Amino acid sequence: MNANPSTVSYLEDKKGIWNWLTTVDHKKIGLMYLVLILGSFLVGGILAMLVRLELISPGEDFYSADTYNRFFTMHGVVMIFLFIIPSIPAALGNFVLPLMVGAKDVAFPRLNLASWYVYVVGLLLAFWALLYGGVDTGWTFYTPYSSEIQGPVAMIGLAVFILGFSSILTGLNFIVTIHKLRLPGITWFNMPLFLWGMYATAIIQILATPVIGITMVLLLFERLSGIGIFDPSMGGDPVLFQHFFWFYSHPAVYIMILPAMAIVSELISTFSHKKIFGYKAIAYSSVAIALISFLVWGHHMFTSGQSRFAAMVFSFLTFGVAIPSAIKVFNWLATLYKGSISLETPMLYGLSFLFLFTIGGLTGLFLGTLAVDVHLHDTYFVVAHFHYVMFGGTVVAFIGGLHYWWPKMVGKMFNETWGKIGAVLVFLGFNFTFMPQFIAGFRGMPRRYYTYGEEFTVYNVLSSLGAFLLGIAFVIVGINLVMSLINGKKASKNPWKSLSLEWETQTPPITENFEVDPVITHGPYDYDKVEVQ
Amino acid sequence: MSSSFHVAHHFSDAEQQRESAKLGMWVFLLTEILLFGGVFVAYAVFRVWYPDMFYNAHKALDVTMGTVNTAVLIVSSLTVALGIREIQLGRQKQCTRYLLATIVLACVFLVIKYFEYAHKIHLGQLPGKFYTFDGIAGTNPHVFFSIYFLLTGIHAFHILIGISLLTWVMIKNMKGHFSAQYFTPVEITGLYWHLVDLIWIFLFPLLYLIG
Repeated sequence: MNANPSTVSYLEDKKGIWNWLTTVDHKKIGLMYLVLILGSFLVGGILAMLVRLELISPGEDFYSADTYNRFFTMHGVVMIFLFIIPSIPAALGNFVLPLMVGAKDVAFPRLNLASWYVYVVGLLLAFWALLYGGVDTGWTFYTPYSSEIQGPVAMIGLAVFILGFSSILTGLNFIVTIHKLRLPGITWFNMPLFLWGMYATAIIQILATPVIGITMVLLLFERLSGIGIFDPSMGGDPVLFQHFFWFYSHPAVYIMILPAMAIVSELISTFSHKKIFGYKAIAYSSVAIALISFLVWGHHMFTSGQSRFAAMVFSFLTFGVAIPSAIKVFNWLATLYKGSISLETPMLYGLSFLFLFTIGGLTGLFLGTLAVDVHLHDTYFVVAHFHYVMFGGTVVAFIGGLHYWWPKMVGKMFNETWGKIGAVLVFLGFNFTFMPQFIAGFRGMPRRYYTYGEEFTVYNVLSSLGAFLLGIAFVIVGINLVMSLINGKKASKNPWKSLSLEWETQTPPITENFEVDPVITHGPYDYDKVEVQ
Repeated sequence: MSSSFHVAHHFSDAEQQRESAKLGMWVFLLTEILLFGGVFVAYAVFRVWYPDMFYNAHKALDVTMGTVNTAVLIVSSLTVALGIREIQLGRQKQCTRYLLATIVLACVFLVIKYFEYAHKIHLGQLPGKFYTFDGIAGTNPHVFFSIYFLLTGIHAFHILIGISLLTWVMIKNMKGHFSAQYFTPVEITGLYWHLVDLIWIFLFPLLYLIG
């Protein structure tokens, strides 16, 4: 590599803390997000370990019920608002999306940096509230409890409001970038499916996030000035809060899963070295999921006293949202069929996703069924289902995507053997942790208690041991990635032999992404037509 | 002036940059509609719950002041549109005048709103637990005032943001930043201002003209 300034990678270009903190380069902003997001994942993970530690045997073991309630609430808040929601779009998406459309940056680079600072403010507020003792409302903040209790609820409400802004700014940037900054030759149906997933995610970020914003504003006013609109003793309606909350938070689970699906489309095709099966079906199903996701929020409220007719409609629509999800899974399977599959680390995560997301999705149908939900509502079955989708789905895909784009981001290869060991342990530890929770929940163990009946001991011991295994797995994954920075082999331009545009620039890319605008001669999945060098 | 005037490095031309900025603002306006949507839903729920109380409570609002404010905002939408027209034709001075007129009208709106609020605070027609007025028949009249102050308060906050944005583009215009070739900030600030007006057009009948 010569020292010609045009080939200096973005990491070598303009060093120093101040340059990073004022950069408008989407790649650096993506990395800055990545650091904070992984830090939040660590904090949320430690809180999860503390929850599982208390549940290793029935009764009060290590701390009081009150402390336990704060742990599981803060686990939820940190994992959802600080980790999963920004994880794939703000960290990986920020890095990869402009490369995939062949642009020099996102449409509004300064807004992109602003979104990072907004995220930092939200993060500081949330962690301040955590150190201040946290709250015990559950991550759902249901009124009137949340509007009456002592504790930093207002601070966390404000944090959620602020973090929402960050999410909106990212979504806005992605929508405009995909619409306006695609290179000539990259058409809507000739762009990587990752972009369709990001686009569908951005639609939800734009349309749903303002509603959690106003909900948190109302909760703040409720607490600070007693406006009473969620307070039944003042003629208000606590169920209205639930409607508002889920009008955001159900679509929000698709803000979390659609980017994961977006990554999996890339992984499956790249590592099968085969054209993706059913491109348009996968693309449209992303948009379909985004749209239907707005019409199913009532399935969180089957036992909250909404009308029976409303419950039936919500139940029906919930089955509807399963269809586009299933379409994706079938298309990924069809892509694998007769592909030349290579089982490198990212692909192991991709295959884990297929397995775990399918279980998570199918158990969602149990919960969407009215009568069954009355039995399963607020049991560990819900906890297990949610984690199969969010952890087995999103986190596994995120870690897979992180390994996949890691060489491009940092220019170093991680150790493949340890990568594989980590991937297998994550898969095992995950199933160990959450599979027993399905059974415990089905047998009636309620969620959100620090203790349980003796008959649930075996499931909880398995689950806690699984959680510790999962913790160890992530330590291995983390060490492996950090070690690659220190003594990893230099990554080539295209280590996975992918046809997608981000691999055509040098590794790591230059600040302007491409030395000259690339000429598009093939689609991102044309493995049947093009030989990858 | 060359066609690359004010084009950031990652755009291929001025047109692409302008189109991007406009799309970005439209997408942002969508989020504003959803934000207000939440309070509109709360309005709908409580109006269905307490129809008689809403009818009685709305009489406490001053229809004359509300009507004048509606007219003020509609005229301000006209002036900002004319301002954009002037800068598109390259007439900076006229644009500044129209932007100034818009800012003045926005301030007039807030002054009238201040008198309305002061009167209600004086009477104790306040949200939730601060409600001390005695003279509106029906169940839970404080709910009406919770909704009233939320909707008009959040709207007034947007007027304040609008005034700041208009002042910012007016100052930039006076410094000669804009021309017939480059006027995107004026245009997208105008878009924002129209939305703030539009929301008031919905607030006015929903709060002042309950029949």
